[in-house]
Amino acid sequence: MPFKPVILWTDALIFLLVAAIAALAWTVRRDEHLRAPWAKVARSRSGMCALVVLTAFVVTGLLDSLHYRPRLEGTGGAVNYGAEVRSAFDALADGLRTRTERTYSAPLATHAFSRESIERAHGTQAREYPRLRHGGAHLEDPHGERWPDVGRKTLAGAGLALALWTVLAMLLAALLAMRHREGIDGALSDLVHGCTEVPWRAMLLTAGALLAVAGPVWVLAGSYHVLGTDKVGQDILYQTLKSIRTGLVIGTLTTLVMLPFAVILGLMAGYFRGWIDDLVQYVYTTLSSIPGVLLIASAVLLTQVWMDNRPELFETVSERADVRLLFLCLILGITGWTGLCRLLRGEALKLREADYVQAARAFGVRDARILTRHLLPNVMHIVLIAAVMDFSGLVLAEAVLSYIGVGVDPSMISFGTMINNARLELAREPMVWWSLAAAFLFMFVLVLAANLFSDAVRDAFDPRMRSSWALPAALRPAQRLRAGSA
Amino acid sequence: MSRLLRICLVLCALVLCACGSPWNNPYPASRGGENVLYTSFSERPKHLDPVQSYVENEYALIANIYTPPLQYHYLKRPYEPIPLAAVEVPRPAYFDALGQPLPEDAAGEQVAYSVYEVRIRPGLRYQPHPAFARDGAGALRYTNLSEADLEGIRSPADFPHSGTREVEAADFVYQIKRLAHPRLHSPIAGLMNEYIAGLAEYGKQIADMARTVPPERWLDLNRHEISGVQVVDRHTYRIRIRGKYPQFVYWLAMPFFSPVPVEVDRFYAQPGMAARNLTLDWFPVGSGPYMLTVNNPNRQMVLARNPNWPGEPYPDAGEPQDAAAGLLRDAGKPMPFVDRVVFSLEKEQIPYWNKFLQGYYDASGISSDNFDQVIQVSGTGDAQLSEAMREQGISLQTSVAVSTMYIGFNMLGPVVGGDSERARKLRRAISIAVDQEDFISIFMNGRGIAMQGPIPPGIFGNREGEAGINTHVYDWVDGAPRRRSIEEAKRLLAEAGYAGGIDRETGKPLIIYFDSTLTGVGAKARADWLVKQFQRIDLQLVMRTSDFNRFQEKLRKGAAQLFYLGWNADYPDPENFFFLLYGPQGKARFNGENAANYASAEYDSLFERMREMDNGPERQAVIDRMLEILHRDAPWAGGFHPKDFALAHQWVSNRKPNKLANNTLKYQRVDPALRERLRREWNQPVLWPLGLGLLVLAAAIAPAVRTWRRRERAAAVASVEGR
Amino acid sequence: MLAYIVRRILYAVPILVGVNLITFALFFFVNTPDDIARMQLGQRRVTPEAIEKWKAERGYDRPMLFNPEARGVQKLTDTLFFRKSVSLFWFDFGRAEDGRSISHEIRLRMGPSLAIALPMFLVGLGCYVTFALGLAFFRGTSLDFTGVVLCVAAMSISGLFYIIGGQYLVSKLWNLVPISGYGDGVQAWRFVILPALIGVVGGIGASTRLYRTIFLEEMSKDYVRTARAKGLSERRVLFGHVLRNGMIPILTGVVVAIPALFIGSLVLESFFGIPGLGSYTIDAINAQDFAIVRAMVFLGAVLYIVGLLLTDISYTLADPRIRME
Repeated sequence: MPFKPVILWTDALIFLLVAAIAALAWTVRRDEHLRAPWAKVARSRSGMCALVVLTAFVVTGLLDSLHYRPRLEGTGGAVNYGAEVRSAFDALADGLRTRTERTYSAPLATHAFSRESIERAHGTQAREYPRLRHGGAHLEDPHGERWPDVGRKTLAGAGLALALWTVLAMLLAALLAMRHREGIDGALSDLVHGCTEVPWRAMLLTAGALLAVAGPVWVLAGSYHVLGTDKVGQDILYQTLKSIRTGLVIGTLTTLVMLPFAVILGLMAGYFRGWIDDLVQYVYTTLSSIPGVLLIASAVLLTQVWMDNRPELFETVSERADVRLLFLCLILGITGWTGLCRLLRGEALKLREADYVQAARAFGVRDARILTRHLLPNVMHIVLIAAVMDFSGLVLAEAVLSYIGVGVDPSMISFGTMINNARLELAREPMVWWSLAAAFLFMFVLVLAANLFSDAVRDAFDPRMRSSWALPAALRPAQRLRAGSA
Repeated sequence: MSRLLRICLVLCALVLCACGSPWNNPYPASRGGENVLYTSFSERPKHLDPVQSYVENEYALIANIYTPPLQYHYLKRPYEPIPLAAVEVPRPAYFDALGQPLPEDAAGEQVAYSVYEVRIRPGLRYQPHPAFARDGAGALRYTNLSEADLEGIRSPADFPHSGTREVEAADFVYQIKRLAHPRLHSPIAGLMNEYIAGLAEYGKQIADMARTVPPERWLDLNRHEISGVQVVDRHTYRIRIRGKYPQFVYWLAMPFFSPVPVEVDRFYAQPGMAARNLTLDWFPVGSGPYMLTVNNPNRQMVLARNPNWPGEPYPDAGEPQDAAAGLLRDAGKPMPFVDRVVFSLEKEQIPYWNKFLQGYYDASGISSDNFDQVIQVSGTGDAQLSEAMREQGISLQTSVAVSTMYIGFNMLGPVVGGDSERARKLRRAISIAVDQEDFISIFMNGRGIAMQGPIPPGIFGNREGEAGINTHVYDWVDGAPRRRSIEEAKRLLAEAGYAGGIDRETGKPLIIYFDSTLTGVGAKARADWLVKQFQRIDLQLVMRTSDFNRFQEKLRKGAAQLFYLGWNADYPDPENFFFLLYGPQGKARFNGENAANYASAEYDSLFERMREMDNGPERQAVIDRMLEILHRDAPWAGGFHPKDFALAHQWVSNRKPNKLANNTLKYQRVDPALRERLRREWNQPVLWPLGLGLLVLAAAIAPAVRTWRRRERAAAVASVEGR
Repeated sequence: MLAYIVRRILYAVPILVGVNLITFALFFFVNTPDDIARMQLGQRRVTPEAIEKWKAERGYDRPMLFNPEARGVQKLTDTLFFRKSVSLFWFDFGRAEDGRSISHEIRLRMGPSLAIALPMFLVGLGCYVTFALGLAFFRGTSLDFTGVVLCVAAMSISGLFYIIGGQYLVSKLWNLVPISGYGDGVQAWRFVILPALIGVVGGIGASTRLYRTIFLEEMSKDYVRTARAKGLSERRVLFGHVLRNGMIPILTGVVVAIPALFIGSLVLESFFGIPGLGSYTIDAINAQDFAIVRAMVFLGAVLYIVGLLLTDISYTLADPRIRME
């Protein structure tokens, strides 16, 4: 085999999560009652556009979660694999990973960002901006040719994007046509006029916008550093794309690991009351009264010591960093667990007084069965809302923690480590702004999409907290005013 | 309308207040024209007691407060000890085992002990302090204080009375006794026990005595005497050293050997003092040019002129170029020149640098990230200030630090360690592959010199030019050292049995582990760089990062493989660097400073000889031989000697980087009027964003107000019509 | 009421013991007393004897939780945990490892922390409530839509960017306030204004949105409709009813945060060089000063519990129907 697959802990959990989501989708599809709120999510325009963007991020993240160790070349008969763990994403973006410069270069630059001492032919030294090894290396006269070349490549990328997008739109139209048993013309016209139930038009436009950015970037990235390079000459675009996985892992796995605690303990406390309730309340009050950052900082240091004392467990740097990431998720989960637990306890307290629960108890149904059959399904919407709402907060928290130095492993690329490395660059003159700007942009888009999507989910599942532009028309003040004056 | 008027008035008021002092001035505006030097500290000092303090940032304060017998000449290079509290630099007298005097050039093995007689200058007086305050009858005022007497007292300055007295030889002797104090932890106690005759025995006596005295009570160190240290007369004392130890003179220039008056120790030992942070560790009492007047390590430390300082003339000779640089303009004038020195806490790099550019710090080092803004390297390869900096009137000074940063191999390790030819070749291959020049240029912006041996330039034993290069790693090409090629490194690797990075015996790729504490800003970049270096010779590098404690533990246990470490010189002598590779200093075996755990019988015996020699061709020959051994065995995979670039504003004069002297504040001079004027010029507040902000706010409010009005009207109409 | 408060305070004791145990366990798992000693004694030329001596002096040579060599109750009391924890309960924080009194330091640093946190809290609350009320008033219009979109956008930006950007623009480019540091007395405002402003701006998205939903919910209640039907002007409805009733959940929600204001903001303080309790804590973690970390965690826990108590009390004050059980 040319490679040896490596399944890191977080990979396994991520794919577990994907499987769980798929299973959930399967059950939801079959149950009319469960489908209703999701159908509502599917009708939300902002939510679905956000979903398109999120999907792009998730695909990148999933690609980056298929890890392997490449086979080493030229080792004779024996089969040996490198110590470096790569991912499917690395294989796709191999050019980005390997085309490193010596040090800083600006986005789309052809020359290094700072002057270097260069030895001239007759032994004298000069300080000038050297050509980059890869960025625009194909140009003969970078000063004259660069911008035309960039323009050409952008156009080519845009054309590629347009073609892709057309194919996508056509496929969608065909699919819709098949579904509604109508001609493809009718489906297309529905799409164009936006009169489909699911806001396909908006979603297509979002996908188009994404492609319009991705296409030119894809073409340009072949011969330039689109977002520049960092201090050791690594491509910033590559780093930001790698950061996505870290963000996604933190945002999702943290919830995944904390859910069992929060659900089991919260429900038990609310249902059984008595000493169990006291104990659970004691545990979560104690945990939540320790200032969060301190708890996280000391727990992270602790796991680091634990790992330092067991170097034999980790064959590669990536495995080490991965376990540290997993621990960070665990720790964040343990500290973030208390809020949901309290919420669920309150809900369980209410539910246990409900008629059907009382009836089940009167019939002597076992507690475990009541908990799983009656209580759990009725709090799932709270769990779901909590999970989506927490996501963006966790992505932001990672950045702050890595900034303080208790976040992910320093060797792991993440938004936090990027910001942390970039903040000194702002003080340079001229300023090195691109790594900070890139981290900002990607993080902003990711978190914004997550926020919009979680809003849509919340609106659909918890009608009590709906936001106003979804208010029924009758309640809108403008209409009421008109009605009043009539 | 009235709102607009109000905004205008506020703006006018703001502008008026701007004329007084720049808005971003971090100091009180009233302090503008004073003769004060502004500098910073980045970490709160842990110890200010000269017996415990052993860190540069603490020395930056206490070296200006205390007066050890010697100091380093401010301008001359190579570094030269000159008297400070002493009258002259003491010369040792040598004696053999029978007590017979020996000539000055006696060989080390003949010398049983050496005697240093230190004569101190009369008229040196301590800073005003309540510990010296005497009442009308001449008795010390504050000797038997109770808790109640300390009510409301937070610093020694809160006592109404203070006094002073002359510095005597007994105070120096008292401080040497404090080195053995069982409750103070002097980092050099162990070292000095070996050299100062009778100190170890004295330490035992005092420790026995301490067992009978409750903690935090006064422990009278004068109940016993050190057999090797005596007061000769009021201004003379004598130290007897075991064997020959020429480096001892340098120790006399460190704060460990400053005078500490017994009254002060006694004063601070009174009950209730320590609970109020009133200790010698926090409120130093010295006899130097400055004294500590504000001690708020969370924000600011202030040194003010010691009124009892008798003055000291500014040096009148230096290096040849010093006169041209204006460093001799104040020759012979009494120091210090500046009335107060304000140290502000500045933990982060960016604010520190920006404040320097704004003129709020008088001098600054350069971090690598600001390098391009500051420096241009001219055609001849010299560093020069950039246009913008020169326009601002900033001056640049370069000096090579007397320190060595190195990558060490753990010689006890199974793969890279050991004395075999295989391991030696592997180490040499790695030494060639890790391109220090590249590291210096990327991470230090060229501010460093790749190492040829442990001794940094400027210290005896370092050889310039072709004679000094490490021939196993460098070639001498066109008058400069050039790193040997990667091909050669690969060849060495193949010879060692790791062709193509594959271990010939096991058939598996060789994995090298690098242990580091690389955390924080830039850590990842450095780690990536290192991995890249090893990739060049097909070796797989795995970084094992851990926190500092764990890293130290790994070194202590000899569990590391490759590691980064550094050493700052205590004193300008090759011994202080060669001892880092001296066998009996092995870290894993003897808890010493030789973290590589290198041990070579020949090197060790040469070291022992070199240690006792005076500088000269003979010593150089021994050193050359030692370097040859090191180059052959390659216990270090190279490293570098950092260069310091120091910047100063035009209103500061008499600055010259001196890496060994820490008491440099007294030499410096500032022009406060010029500083005041330029600060104002550079820090004009930019007001348009404020105006723009107000406009945006107004633009946001206007439609809201309009809608509000319309709706109110509509509602009114609606209610009228509804009625 | 009084009995309730007393009971709650008694409940706090086991919680604080738990907090202490957790900190103790976390910290000493990471740092052996040897590590602490080395950290304090410096790295150059330290001998094992010096470390033993240092540990013995500070009581670090005792067993951690259980002393099998002691007799009777001393098995539990003559331990590191007991010695180091019990005094906390009467707020005697003892000395930091570097010998300085922690209580004194906390008193000194509380001022700067409050100087940032208090204005941040008050101005922030004022701003958020004003904006939220404005958005609620213009509900359904494009103004509301823009406002909510801006809020979501503001929420999606990491706080670090506000700090980095704010410091760069305001202090470096425009020379409006000092870049970092702190001043005594009246001087302090110049150092406080920027971090406080950044703190306010950083929280604007999430809080405005939350308060807006609270107001909207309030507006959809029957009494508001009745008030409108009575012909009260929109302004009276808004300020007289919606604001007053909406403030109850808002205020009871923020009460829990008030005592924690003393602790300060870790990131803001360390970025702007404010000598408050937040930067004290960060420094202590970095310097591995267990005494300080322990004291700060304890203080934080106490303040949190006080906050919870205040919340409960404020509920009863706001709504007399809720009785203390």
